[in-house]
Amino acid sequence: MNQTLSVIPNEPAITPELIAQHGLTPEEYGRIVKLLDRTPSFTELGIFSAMWNEHCSYKSSKVHLRTLPTEAPWVIQGPGENAGVIDIGDGLAVVFKMESHNHPSYIEPYQGAATGVGGILRDVFTMGARPIACLNALSFGDPRHPKTRALVAGVVAGIGGYGNSFGVPTVGGEVRFDRRYDGNCLVNAMAVGLAETDKIFYAKATGIGMPIVYLGSKTGRDGIHGATMASAEFGADAEEKRPTVQVGDPFSEKLLLEACLEIMAKGCVIAIQDMGAAGLTCSAVEMGAKGDLGVTLDLDKVPCRETGMSAYEMMLSESQERMLMVLKPDKEKEAEAIFRKWGLDFAVVGETTPSKRFVVRHGGAVVADLPIKELGDEAPVYRRPFTERGKQAEIDPASVKAPVGIAEVLEALIGSPNLCSKRWVWEQYDHVILGNTVQRPGGDAAVIRINDGPKALALTADVTPRYCEADPFEGGKQAVAEAWRNLSVVGAKPLALTDNLNFGNPERPEIMGQFVGCVRGIGAAARALDFPVVSGNVSLYNETNGRAILPTPTIGGVGLIDEFTRSMTLAFKSEGEAILVIGSTRGWLGQSLYLREVCGREEGAPPPVDLVAERRHGDFVRSLIRDGLITAAHDVSDGGLLVALVEMAIASGIGAVLEAPSEVPAHAFWFGEDQARYVVTARNVEPIMERAKAAGVPVTPLGATGGALVSLSGERPVRVADLKQRFEAWLPAYMAGSH
Amino acid sequence: MKSAVVVFPGINRERDMARALRLASGREPAMVWHADTALPAGTDLVVIPGGFSYGDYLRCGAIAARAPIMDAVRGFAAKGGLVLAICNGFQIACEAGLLPGVLMRNAQLRFICRDVYLRVERSDTPFTRGYNAGQVIRVPVAHGEGNYIADGETIARLESEGRVLFRYSSPDGMIDPNWNHNGAMNGIAGIINERGNVLGMMPHPENHVEASMGRTDGRGLFAGLLDHFKVAA
Repeated sequence: MNQTLSVIPNEPAITPELIAQHGLTPEEYGRIVKLLDRTPSFTELGIFSAMWNEHCSYKSSKVHLRTLPTEAPWVIQGPGENAGVIDIGDGLAVVFKMESHNHPSYIEPYQGAATGVGGILRDVFTMGARPIACLNALSFGDPRHPKTRALVAGVVAGIGGYGNSFGVPTVGGEVRFDRRYDGNCLVNAMAVGLAETDKIFYAKATGIGMPIVYLGSKTGRDGIHGATMASAEFGADAEEKRPTVQVGDPFSEKLLLEACLEIMAKGCVIAIQDMGAAGLTCSAVEMGAKGDLGVTLDLDKVPCRETGMSAYEMMLSESQERMLMVLKPDKEKEAEAIFRKWGLDFAVVGETTPSKRFVVRHGGAVVADLPIKELGDEAPVYRRPFTERGKQAEIDPASVKAPVGIAEVLEALIGSPNLCSKRWVWEQYDHVILGNTVQRPGGDAAVIRINDGPKALALTADVTPRYCEADPFEGGKQAVAEAWRNLSVVGAKPLALTDNLNFGNPERPEIMGQFVGCVRGIGAAARALDFPVVSGNVSLYNETNGRAILPTPTIGGVGLIDEFTRSMTLAFKSEGEAILVIGSTRGWLGQSLYLREVCGREEGAPPPVDLVAERRHGDFVRSLIRDGLITAAHDVSDGGLLVALVEMAIASGIGAVLEAPSEVPAHAFWFGEDQARYVVTARNVEPIMERAKAAGVPVTPLGATGGALVSLSGERPVRVADLKQRFEAWLPAYMAGSH
Repeated sequence: MKSAVVVFPGINRERDMARALRLASGREPAMVWHADTALPAGTDLVVIPGGFSYGDYLRCGAIAARAPIMDAVRGFAAKGGLVLAICNGFQIACEAGLLPGVLMRNAQLRFICRDVYLRVERSDTPFTRGYNAGQVIRVPVAHGEGNYIADGETIARLESEGRVLFRYSSPDGMIDPNWNHNGAMNGIAGIINERGNVLGMMPHPENHVEASMGRTDGRGLFAGLLDHFKVAA
């Protein structure tokens, strides 16, 4: 314990200011000194800051995350590894996770978003899976905010630039605008990969004296303190943090993928961990800590991009496209030959030891000697105080009727920033590469065929942040329920989810209250829907000058379709078909887009989520799809029933003649955002009504498809072509600078 | 039909291409590594697939054009062997001197992935015999640099010699700037060399070959090639 460390002459002295700059509190520093029984070296301080920051340690969120349901018979690996793993039969597993890259994307949109994609792809192929799809959920500020347009352009180009070059289809996600993201955009990237169930690779090192190998790109001075930066809120100096953002190289990542999968197939690998946040430090510590082993690193062996890098810089660099592996000693030469073939660096930089110490040598001297368990899985854990927001009042629909007709509201909503087509975004992503994209972006969920079929995956990413702020518990439930619906409505059985929890500063009790409420809601819905959480990521401190983002727990969902040719789409299929809504419509306008976009009011309780009804209605719709009883299906969410119907009309060019039942005021019926609802079309209604009666599912006929107009009784008819024009026009015009 | 697919580091549509060739011909293509110096004996068709060879660093296709395997590809083409170069492959073929002209950044300066319509200009070539002249097909594009440009003399020669095989068009076959997503001169989507044995094209027919996946407009190209070799044999 008291081994004397050689003092590096130019090391700065450890001062309270230096400790604070490393994002460590005086208490945390006290804990370090107590652990070591001495003052840490500068390099050691850097290592602690890298491991104990919020981003890497989950110190504020851990106690709450432990309450989430993570198990099901089909779950192979839940949270705690690089990604979650589920069994989809036929000896195949799906490996997936979503992760944020919010802070870097705000500071440097292109590289921040690009390396976010790179990081999540590595998480997936580190486990032995070939990536088959990416999704992303993006939140930007008010379109009128001077930074928004450049952020959208940069983030979208960055995601495309990385994913397109790497060669994975980017098939879905969401894009929202809200002034609450003016100072902090959110970039949540999800990757999904396919592996064989008996060839999954983990981070846990085993065996003593095993070679630890560095693979991939060289280490440079980019991204130093990236994870620490991402664990603090922004002040006026956000732009000055640009050097903490990494620079991506998708070409190297593609080579790294192919080389990793090749050496895995050859049976060379004992353990593998990608170098993401906190780079070499985090990957080495995690491999050792998970295996109850020590790790010794010799930094003189680390391939560097430039000369003269200090131990501190090497340990904290977040240069991209790097991996750390524990190799089987007898396979070292074979593995090296494969990496050389792909033109990548390969260096034995250390070994596993029995000591449970993390020892780093540089220039012949020991520069760090730390207890590995306390650095890694026994990092500090906080139970931060929190206050939960009281329930909001319900809004009486009659009290918020806008003085305009239904047609005018529809025209305004369908061309509004949050409901309009996001084609401008997803056309910049290659969504057809690999030749397995059954349903492209623009539907409820993307559908990706598995190999040559017949199975397929349904993939979605969802959350409604304004609901989460008004009522974190209901909002958390709703995010899970909507993801589950979006999978069900294409005919998939939802299997598991990944959560990407984006919040403000957890040291503020009201923010912590949002977090706790949302996690409780996610847990409740995940349990009720048999939709376990298998991976996730927490991004806190998304605030600028004390202004936090809307609570945004993005849910990435994965479902399984047995026969890809039978996946359901939302477009109307032909004229003269009956249109039905499944689920009850009370006309819930609290926190609706109608209230916000048309009445200019953001208030009231959000729609409650009845999880029993969600499950019953979703199972019902899935059975209708399975038995070929319906021709189109669409989930009802933002904007309500009429927006959902119009999306189905726009996708097909076919109009509809509609009639609302009289009990609910028309504006509330058409634009209320009640949950657990779907719109379906059918040629033959009777069998559906019979089944619905037997299953206790409310089904209401709304009218029929046909013509070139959307007509509501007593309202001005609107041409589908005009609605489509509005739907498609807003985003390209905005990006061209015209409004 | 024995095909060889050339794989450079960073190429990423080689699997899509291999599947299309397998479905069309019933045999797996050989995957040939960029560092190799020879093509497999008896190769009928060389395919340079899409992707981002060498990360598209320096200039799209410029590094791949100088890879060891490209001497063998040039030799193969010089003897009249058929070369199909798609997307990044088209860029590589231009850089390698197999085809004239250059692919510049798309006119809107953005990567674009969408289905486009192509008018097939001729059906009397090994690459297009599976189509009718004037037929319109729908296939995806996915590129940031597909804007075909050449000097006036080259364009005039390409046109007068009937070397434009595919042109971006409207769904009913009209050549219209509104249906030309990348700004290519004369709506050029695909051209052949003087001898007619090297085709370069930006769109991806290999992504539309399966009925169960919705569209089969790309099949004609592969079926035509197969037919060509059957007749030749």
